[in-house]
Amino acid sequence: MSVNVLSNNKTTHLNKVKLKTERVNLYYGTFQALRNITLDIPEHAITAVIGPSGCGKSSFLRLFNRMNDLITGAKVGGHVKIDGISIYENNIDVVELRKRVGMVFQKPNPFPMSVFENVAFGPRRHGRNNRSELEDIVERSLRQAALWDEVEDKLEQSALALSGGQQQRLCIARVLAVEPEVILMDEPCSALDPVATLKIEDLMRSLAEDYTIVIVTHNMQQAARVSDMTAFLMMEEDRAGVLAEYGPTSELFTNPKDKRTEDYITGRFG
Amino acid sequence: MEIRTAFHKKLREIQDDVLAMGSMVEKAISHSIEALKKRDLDMAHQIIADDLEINKKRFDIEEKCIQLIATQQPMASDLRIIICVLNMISELERIGDYAEGTAKVVVIIGDEPPLKPLIDLPRMAEKTVDMLQRSLDAFLNRDAEAARQIAGEDDEVDNLYDQVFRELLTFMAEDPRTITRATRLIWIAHNLERSADRVTNICERVVFVVTGKMEEIGASKY
Repeated sequence: MSVNVLSNNKTTHLNKVKLKTERVNLYYGTFQALRNITLDIPEHAITAVIGPSGCGKSSFLRLFNRMNDLITGAKVGGHVKIDGISIYENNIDVVELRKRVGMVFQKPNPFPMSVFENVAFGPRRHGRNNRSELEDIVERSLRQAALWDEVEDKLEQSALALSGGQQQRLCIARVLAVEPEVILMDEPCSALDPVATLKIEDLMRSLAEDYTIVIVTHNMQQAARVSDMTAFLMMEEDRAGVLAEYGPTSELFTNPKDKRTEDYITGRFG
Repeated sequence: MEIRTAFHKKLREIQDDVLAMGSMVEKAISHSIEALKKRDLDMAHQIIADDLEINKKRFDIEEKCIQLIATQQPMASDLRIIICVLNMISELERIGDYAEGTAKVVVIIGDEPPLKPLIDLPRMAEKTVDMLQRSLDAFLNRDAEAARQIAGEDDEVDNLYDQVFRELLTFMAEDPRTITRATRLIWIAHNLERSADRVTNICERVVFVVTGKMEEIGASKY
């Protein structure tokens, strides 16, 4: 079922399926935000979700960690599965789900605490209180997030003193500290300068070897640079988001199958 | 409302430039054979001089393509068009070189008496120019079917080359004094045959623009 990934990730669509949506419909009250979305997201790969503003990309992303539950009137129909198990059943522990499925947001949101405490926060909440264990976890997470070298002698300083790019990598370290399986990223670089953006993209590529990453981005060049698979969502006339096309990134950006995709990525409509 | 108007305008300009370069090359092929027929050395020298213009045109178009890629990040069919153009201008430049090569042979021949009336060489030239013109139309119209059809017609040029070759071989076998003149004509036939092959490559690129797939369209006999 799973295949060795080639170094340029051309065959990642043949990897084991980690996340799956089956005919998912999402409503906010009477407004349908997503219609009939069916797709399989492969493990250990980066899947990008692109599409015009308002088409439901962030709503789609939030399906996987049930963040939409926090919106009044939100209702999900169809199935959302992780490792084949539906996550919208009554017996699902949402706190545990959000440990397995971490999220990084558009604006870096470090807690108003030290660098160390930011990263240790999650593990502490999940019962790890031994100082030496926490120190190991914090170092491992900061190294994985490619931030350790820049902060190892500043761990007790406020996280708010870091640059924007460093803060975002700190947020990634925070997610990594609780050992997730999936990392959701909602436009993680839009608030960052180009150099910080490229550093985060490099980080994403190295994380993809061990995690499943789904990134929402309105930057098509970023989606093209960084992802293995790309899903193009667009809005129908009633403003519901539908899946127009989904496939290997290299194919979607050189020879898309759907005219709507072609028109969007060539800028013939926005 | 069209967006990216500046980009689309530049892309159209590049395609117009390719058509213009195509016209220059078609003229070079036609004139090279006319110069041969009429022993017109002035025309031959003009073709040789004009080849510099063809080379310059190629580099101008290439420069525009590179700039467009760097500044506009073209995707999908826009990207395929630009890549196709980069390949096409390279093929056109080589065809121009073949015509220049023919013109140089005409200069060497000078006012030597003709070996025989020229029938097949002008036919090869006409066919090659026709194929080239239509392949550029196919590019403009994004017509993959037409491109495949034109590529298939390369067989006609190959067959004419066969004919020319056999006929000149017979001349040479019967009278060794004709060897030099016959060899020069074979060289010109070879130039035309290679030009038609290059047109086939252009057709393959047109198919690529339309379908996104690189297809080899029938290997040449030579």
